[in-house]
Amino acid sequence: MGRKILFVTTDQQRYDTLGCNGGTVARTPVVDALAAAGIRYERAVPQSVVCMPSRSTILTGQHPSTHGVWMNGVPLPASAPSVADVLHDAGYRTALIGKAHFEPFLDPFLRFPENALARSGVTPPGGTHRGFEYLEMATHTSVGPMHYAQWLMKEHPETVGMFYNVLDNALQVNADGGGESGAPQVKVNEIPREWYHTDWVADRTIAWLDSLDTDVDWFCWMSFPDPHHPWDPPQSEMGRIDWRDVPLPAGYPERADERESLLDDKPRHWRMWYDGELVSNYEAPAHWVPATMTAEQVREVNARNAVECELIDEALGRVLGAIESRGWTGDTDVIFTTDHGELQGDFGLLFKGPYHVDALMRLPLIWRPAPSATVTPSVVSQPVGLVDLAPTFCAIAGVAATDWMQGDALPVTTGAGDAVLTEWDSELFGVDVHVRTITRDQWVLSAYTRGTVHDGSEGELYDLSLDPLQRKNLWSDPARAALRDDLLAELWDKQPPPRVPRLQLEAPV
Amino acid sequence: MRGSIRREVRIACPADKVWTLVGDAVRIPDWFPGIVDAVVDGDTRTITTGSGMQLPEQFIADPLQRRFQYRITGMKEHVSTLDVIDLGDDTCLVIYSVDADPNTMALVIGGAAGNALEHLRTLMET
Repeated sequence: MGRKILFVTTDQQRYDTLGCNGGTVARTPVVDALAAAGIRYERAVPQSVVCMPSRSTILTGQHPSTHGVWMNGVPLPASAPSVADVLHDAGYRTALIGKAHFEPFLDPFLRFPENALARSGVTPPGGTHRGFEYLEMATHTSVGPMHYAQWLMKEHPETVGMFYNVLDNALQVNADGGGESGAPQVKVNEIPREWYHTDWVADRTIAWLDSLDTDVDWFCWMSFPDPHHPWDPPQSEMGRIDWRDVPLPAGYPERADERESLLDDKPRHWRMWYDGELVSNYEAPAHWVPATMTAEQVREVNARNAVECELIDEALGRVLGAIESRGWTGDTDVIFTTDHGELQGDFGLLFKGPYHVDALMRLPLIWRPAPSATVTPSVVSQPVGLVDLAPTFCAIAGVAATDWMQGDALPVTTGAGDAVLTEWDSELFGVDVHVRTITRDQWVLSAYTRGTVHDGSEGELYDLSLDPLQRKNLWSDPARAALRDDLLAELWDKQPPPRVPRLQLEAPV
Repeated sequence: MRGSIRREVRIACPADKVWTLVGDAVRIPDWFPGIVDAVVDGDTRTITTGSGMQLPEQFIADPLQRRFQYRITGMKEHVSTLDVIDLGDDTCLVIYSVDADPNTMALVIGGAAGNALEHLRTLMET
């Protein structure tokens, strides 16, 4: 009998939303305890800051250029390599419960396998899908083909309309505001907590674990849709945090002229989005202008986000309790992370996009190795990537990493680290943005190649140690020219091999 | 906001043979994955998608130009155009163009159409 793996992901969660990472709004004692008993990573970097490419990196162990999911709406081929396949072949029972999102959601033709599977059951035809023998899926909403929405429609149809409408009548991401501040993608949701998707994901995970024999090895990817917008947690839980008492984030300059000055020091698309002149990411509401956001809206969004993080923490606690009751704790590794971050008020912005700063790029990552492995708890400071997760799962399972994996098993102590790469490509209705980023030591450099917005000359360079809020762009600083050129040389030298032929964009998201 | 998407595929099969299939409105479920049923009445067609959604359409089929055009009548604005162009060497180019408002529907239909064209090529070349 080997080590079992509980892999926990959230969606769009910032590093600083966890108590163990210095967060002060949400209470996260369960994850904090895992960090204290395991390894806490201080600089975990995604290879993409949007869902589908980043999740595909987690599954394949490859950079987006190589697995080919270059933006949301590009489906990961069913034949793509999968670490779950490797584990399944090694004898692991495998499940994915919660948000998958390797394929587009907006699918009236029901032509993508994950959407079709949700209509037909929980076990894929042929035995596995992407290496998972059991899939029970959810997303952020109460509509659509996923198991959670189907369950809600069948068991509690009166609650379906309680959720925020993610899309408006024109099928654009909804800009409507709600709550008490009128913040976008906010709604008072009267759904009972036990029917909300966070608890549903935990319930279904526990049910799957309960179905297993005691002596099997298992890999369970428990994937919470929150705290991704919309911010509509059960209203019964909103009493935990009074949004008026939530401090404004350190990254949110309260004065408009200060925000605008900071944005003007960055490549042009920052200010263009702020002013409502450009939307380069479909998942940001097309008709929302960030410059209109108020400090009160930032506070309310942060409060609701924190409540969602607390619910996730409590749900995880229940699952860990179920694992304990089965006598598995000593042999179970728990890894907790997310796919990318959330701007959440930084620089006067919300949501995400081609903005490679800590809000989106510094992720929570905790690895509590199985106690039987007797790994010494530590904090790892050097950059690591989500691309390193697949080889880490292999190492835990005692199987060799495959040659198609591009990362390395996560380190368990601080040491000299390699550079970590991140990429962005978006091409939609005449707006093309392309960014390549390298994080090395305390430096993060982003180069903008030619597109419809940038002319190929712009970039960003930040010193994370002296400028943790990334307010001073050193790209054009003559004193940093040699460093910039050295980072650029390594960035281009290390670009991963591209998938050929390039995959096509097939849906908005 | 309006949007336009174009997908195309070259098929190693004479244009007339491809047109026989794609120009027949009722046969769209045979080559378009995700469309499970089609009912034709005169110049109207109602398709049923894999998710159970029914979409009423009006269409024009022009066998001389090998051009099939349709619009989904329930949408604010939509027209899709399918052209089969003879390349003169027993191959043809099939072009599927979608113009729609909202633009997201152009991408949803265009994405599915691109997949359908690949399926069509497989069907016609085997």
